[in-house]
Amino acid sequence: MKLQEYTLSTHNFEECMKCTVCTAYCPVLQVNPLYPGPKQAGPDGERLRLKDPFFFNNALKYCLNCKRCEVSCPSGVQVADLIQAARIKYDKSPIKWRDRMLASTDFMGHLARPVAPIANAVTGLGVTKTMMDAMFKIDHRRTFPKYSGRGFESWMGRHEKEQAAFAEQVAYFHGCYVNYNYPRLGKDLVKVLNALGVGVQLLEKEKCCGVAMINNRMKTEATRNAVHNVKALSKTVDKGLMVLTTSSTCTLTLRNEYPALLGVDNSGVRDFIMMASRFIFERLEKGATLHFKPDYHRKVAYHTPCHMEKLGWGVFSEKLLRMIPGLEFTKLDSACCGIAGTYGFKRENYEASQAIGEPLFAQIRTINPDVVACDCETCKWQIEMSTGYSVMNPISILAEAIETNKD
Amino acid sequence: MKFNTVIIGGGLAGLVAGISLQKAGNSTAIISTGQNALHFFSGSFESMEEAPQRVTDLFNKAGIDLHYTPGVRLMPMGTFKKSALSLEDISLFPEPAIGHKALIVSLTGYHDFFCDFLSEGLEKQGMQCRIKLLNLPELEQIEKSPSEMRSVQIARTMDRIWENVVREIRILLRDEDTVILPQVFGLKDASVLSRIRQGIPAQVVFTGTLPPSVPGVRTQMLLKQHYELLGGTYLMGDEATGAHVYDGIVHSVVTHNLGNHFLEADNFILSTGAFFSKGLRSNPFEISEPVFGLDVEQAPDRSDWYNPEFMREQPYMKYGVATDASLRALKDGKPLQNLFVAGSILGETRPELGTGGGLALRSALAAADAILNTTAE
Repeated sequence: MKLQEYTLSTHNFEECMKCTVCTAYCPVLQVNPLYPGPKQAGPDGERLRLKDPFFFNNALKYCLNCKRCEVSCPSGVQVADLIQAARIKYDKSPIKWRDRMLASTDFMGHLARPVAPIANAVTGLGVTKTMMDAMFKIDHRRTFPKYSGRGFESWMGRHEKEQAAFAEQVAYFHGCYVNYNYPRLGKDLVKVLNALGVGVQLLEKEKCCGVAMINNRMKTEATRNAVHNVKALSKTVDKGLMVLTTSSTCTLTLRNEYPALLGVDNSGVRDFIMMASRFIFERLEKGATLHFKPDYHRKVAYHTPCHMEKLGWGVFSEKLLRMIPGLEFTKLDSACCGIAGTYGFKRENYEASQAIGEPLFAQIRTINPDVVACDCETCKWQIEMSTGYSVMNPISILAEAIETNKD
Repeated sequence: MKFNTVIIGGGLAGLVAGISLQKAGNSTAIISTGQNALHFFSGSFESMEEAPQRVTDLFNKAGIDLHYTPGVRLMPMGTFKKSALSLEDISLFPEPAIGHKALIVSLTGYHDFFCDFLSEGLEKQGMQCRIKLLNLPELEQIEKSPSEMRSVQIARTMDRIWENVVREIRILLRDEDTVILPQVFGLKDASVLSRIRQGIPAQVVFTGTLPPSVPGVRTQMLLKQHYELLGGTYLMGDEATGAHVYDGIVHSVVTHNLGNHFLEADNFILSTGAFFSKGLRSNPFEISEPVFGLDVEQAPDRSDWYNPEFMREQPYMKYGVATDASLRALKDGKPLQNLFVAGSILGETRPELGTGGGLALRSALAAADAILNTTAE
């Protein structure tokens, strides 16, 4: 038995029984014949790669790291981790400038935010899109996320005292999106938590979780961010605070990808990182109350982002939304929307990305909700661009549905 | 999170129990470690006993055409097997003779369906066979990645182009009375099967392929969809790692994904499958049940677990979790009051419940009934 413990294979790949179940659930395989599929790219390929790196197949870049292979695997093989780890280890081709640019969300945010109105206007122009397509192979059909002129961090700075007045405190890892593009989500979270009697503070200084860097093979940069973040998270956790998040992908990266793909030990903080929807659901389950608007009505269709599916926490967002009086809830079939962060922005992936998302878009059009709920910012961009329906984080919907003293 | 019943294991047994309970107004959650044995489903439940109307009703309500017609079905090696309770994919014959001449049709580049074995098997029984491989331009995309030329992948395309297949076969067909096709049709829409049968002027027999099974994936999808529509909570990709049990009563289950958020319930069903699904584990010294540490029936000496002649009956296949007469799990010889066991984790120790799929169906219904009865009392 000891022997078995000592022979655990990396990412559990020797547990693969060749049952082929994962191949039935890979969204890429359904639309892109160039992709060898999760079983071949993951555990099967790993055997060959261990023998000789020559067997590394460049087509692994088509994996969008949605983790649906892992969720469907009956044997606990970390298929997507195997594929991403192989890309980082064996793909020696130089990283494109475009990929570096797309992956450096912090850097781009810093550049764009001070000139947000200009940046937004420029990225929205047809001529810019054509240029970016020609120069960087960023697909011209993509809509770019808008930058916000004032960051969430500076807003929090202005409300620090007010938040510190609450006896109970939590920390918030807001992620690049909330800081640079959409501070409103952060403010919504603060509103809901305050209504529950909880004050919000930030980490000493957070950096981008690094997921886009991992997916673009920028291991050094991603590891730098991971080490920094784990240190910052530890300081907060040592103060006895939980760290809440509103992005399923940041959460999965902080909790799972740091040790699995970057070898960064997060064991001291992992259990204290939690999606805000889970934290709030647990509060309400234990008897805390929120005052809901009596005349609230919304028809909401909930999309479970792939990484929420992997976390297994979609159930919290679903139950939380179902608690809102006047909310008509439909759960969309769990399916990838196709964007997968930076993946769908690349010209070579655009068609596949839209084809993967099409069944989901069609279902949204059929249901015709007032709003789509979803815990992931890149799913939001994809669904809004592809269907025209607006997408809100469950926390924002909750914030909209409650009454506070200030209202 | 609290439910009336938490079901550990989301395969056939778990889904059937979950659907029955939800229908009766009992709120449930299912914890499922990845996908399940339905992905290897032949299309026939190995259950020769008269099927309870409840089973066929339950499947029909979920949009699955399940019928009870005792007979034999054609196996992929050209042999016949007794079957009764089957999906519409399966043709059932009164006796192991299906015709005089067969046209066996498969696809170029498809390696999960063995025409030669099938033909050899049938020819031994006096049937004349002709094999033809279709070369469909629509499949060229999939053929680019030969390792992924699999049943489900092909079926996705076939759902769109099945009419072309019918046309090709009509051209190929000479005087054969039977056309044999691999089960690569009707992944999302099972009505394709009857339309193919109508379109070909000979009897059409769909025969099993290597996994994943197309009828199995469809069945899993429809049962899960139905379960969720009835309000059930399906936790996909999660694993029960432990439980809180006090004084013979299970209070809650701990899962890998939910960590310190326990799933509480009045009753629990354990349907985690046998060795393949890790419902049962073995090491050189014992066979055990990992979630609750239940009693597992087994020979004390490892050398009695197996027969060195591989193809012989293997004793370990019979091993399963011990239960009392009402399927309550035994731990240290005593039943846990609110934990019921269903599906292949029971081993083949309960012949009165049938084997394989039959065991799953019957024990799942029995467990659901036991729970509803205790709740009613």
